Amino acid sequence: MTPAKEFLENLKRTPQNLRESMLRNGKAPESDRERSQSTFHNFFLHLQSVRVHRHSLRFGYTFGLGLILTASFVVLTFTGILLMVYYKPGAELAYDSVKDIHFVVPAGRFIRNIHRWAAHLMVLAVFLHMARVFYTGSYKRPREFNWVVGLGLLVFTLGLSFTGYLLPWDQLAYWAITIGANIANSPREVTDAIGITVWFDPGRFQKQLLLGANYVGQEALIRFYVLHVAVLPLALTALMGVHFWRVRKDGGLSRDESLPAPPARIGDADVAVFAPNKTYGLMAVVRGRTPEVDRAPEGTVASWPNLMWAEMAAFLFTIAVTLVLGYFFDAPLKEMANPAIPENPAKAPWYFLGLQELVSYSAFMGGVGIPTIVLVGLGLIPYLDRDPRGVGVWFGGPAGRRTFWQSLAYGLLSVLALLVFTVNFGWLRAWFPAIPQIAIIVVNPATVIVALYAAWSLWVLRRTASIRLSAVALFTCFLAGFIVLTAMGSIFRGPNWHFYWWPSQWPTH
Amino acid sequence: MPDNPKRRDLLGLAALWSAVAAMGTALAGVMRLPKPAVLPGPLRIYKLGDPAQFAVGSATRMEAGGFYLFRGEEGFHAISSTCTHLGCVVALNEGEGFACPCHGSRFRTDGSVSAGPAPAALPWLEIALSPDGQLQVNAETQVPKGTRFRV
Ligand code: HEM
Ligand code: FES
Repeated sequence: MTPAKEFLENLKRTPQNLRESMLRNGKAPESDRERSQSTFHNFFLHLQSVRVHRHSLRFGYTFGLGLILTASFVVLTFTGILLMVYYKPGAELAYDSVKDIHFVVPAGRFIRNIHRWAAHLMVLAVFLHMARVFYTGSYKRPREFNWVVGLGLLVFTLGLSFTGYLLPWDQLAYWAITIGANIANSPREVTDAIGITVWFDPGRFQKQLLLGANYVGQEALIRFYVLHVAVLPLALTALMGVHFWRVRKDGGLSRDESLPAPPARIGDADVAVFAPNKTYGLMAVVRGRTPEVDRAPEGTVASWPNLMWAEMAAFLFTIAVTLVLGYFFDAPLKEMANPAIPENPAKAPWYFLGLQELVSYSAFMGGVGIPTIVLVGLGLIPYLDRDPRGVGVWFGGPAGRRTFWQSLAYGLLSVLALLVFTVNFGWLRAWFPAIPQIAIIVVNPATVIVALYAAWSLWVLRRTASIRLSAVALFTCFLAGFIVLTAMGSIFRGPNWHFYWWPSQWPTH
Repeated sequence: MPDNPKRRDLLGLAALWSAVAAMGTALAGVMRLPKPAVLPGPLRIYKLGDPAQFAVGSATRMEAGGFYLFRGEEGFHAISSTCTHLGCVVALNEGEGFACPCHGSRFRTDGSVSAGPAPAALPWLEIALSPDGQLQVNAETQVPKGTRFRV
């Protein structure tokens, strides 16, 4: 072959050779071994294990929620970077730049809407995902720490939406963040009540750290911007990496080990002849009982293509939902921020409205005290409930299912009764105008509901002698409270935070 | 000298903890950055002009300053319009006192809380006469409730 011919031949082959060198396997895999290799020879795919348990692919177990979360984060990153091209984080500029994005920039409104809807979807999914992990007992050994990592993800997810809420710099944003920043300041309520603010003022420290000033202005905007586009996404990405890694190293998704492995499916026949043609070092010793000798491949299927299909479905679902919602429903943009006139009512995004309802009883308890108690309580669950039974079973079985329904009823009824009472009769200050603030901080509808829930959970613990069931009781109660309070804050609170059955009854002002 | 594992452990631990301490100190030093040393913001002292323009018995909302100016028989007083609950702006309803739109706090005409979640009374602000004879309210400085300013 002459050099010229060889050159031409190579040139002709370049597209094919490029493809083959890019995908290390070069072609679609045909045998199980090739499928395994496709998975771990590819940078993106090697995040996944080579084989997954068939149980983990069941939609009714995970509802694809973790994948939907991942997908919505990808959508948010993608659209967020596009928005950054035009967004200007300046107090004088931000509002107009968002207006430009909405009305002038090609596809700007659509991308802004998608970003907003994907954020709502992600927050919804993070709550649902946590609930599914909890109710299937998946936080138990060896997955305790991944539950804690998940809580970190929850906090970062909420932090991202909180910081993002300010960026449009409209009335809605300005007043929601003013309230939010003053919640950070609310430990003052306690330090003031016991008279130590002069020496010890954590509230003011937190507020100044968040805002860079004593009010929401340019300094606050740039801080929120940095958190929103750099700090929190990076932290979330890193933590997501740890989360996925732990899912794999803890032996894949949890499942009920007492059930017999499902029978092999047609197409899995070559599992038995899976014999590597080279030896692999022991990359990591995996804890837990899953990769058992002789049992490993039982009940599993190749990740390629089975898991890939599931992932693709979750991504397509997420993209479809956000596209459709973004096409039909615009993200809000009110008048430009005006520090002299508050938005009435000034409402945070929906997932914070339960907290806002609590805050309307006591800023400290609703905004700092109870969220802290809830987070610490959630973090302790896997360390207090160490009973290994019931992992991978919804509600841990019939007893748990019963506890769930009873607790749901109790949780809903007690919070509803308390709200009806508060709306009709007011609270301590309405009856004893001179009551000291500390009494209201300690006894208000928010603390009463927490006490009622704790009492119920203790009662379940006594009656059933099962920590798992009392955890189910408590978690369910808080879930019920969260739902009712969120509905209360979003739907039934109008101007001056008065109760209204419907927004159409709001007085026009 | 025989290798002493205890001693090696000690040296190793000492090295480790020195590294941790060094990193911690460096981190603490760097993390001072986000804590503002100087709080930005406008000077919150407002000149309101000739005191005579405010009639006895009047209440005036000073939007930019964030307070209400009152003139009564005993003199002037100014009450902040920033809600002590979570920082919304309260509105004055003549004769009834102040109401906050955000979570329904109510304050009496002297600023004390009458209902709602607000933990403290609306502060009274310092009033003075500026050298050029204008009424001047210092929104950063509070005075005890009932302090009046006579011209
Ligand atoms: C940004 C937020 C999050 C992302 C992207 C994420 C992603 C995932 C994914 C992809 C899985 C495997 C599939 C599935 O279970 O659906 C998973 C499992 C898991 N997640 Fe999350 N997650 C997030 C937040 C959370 C939170 C808030 C918790 C709990 C506090 C949590 C705890 C867990 C645990 C314990 C598992 C293992 C479940 C099992 O073995 O069955 N995650 N997560
Ligand atoms: S800010 Fe005034 S009642 Fe909450």
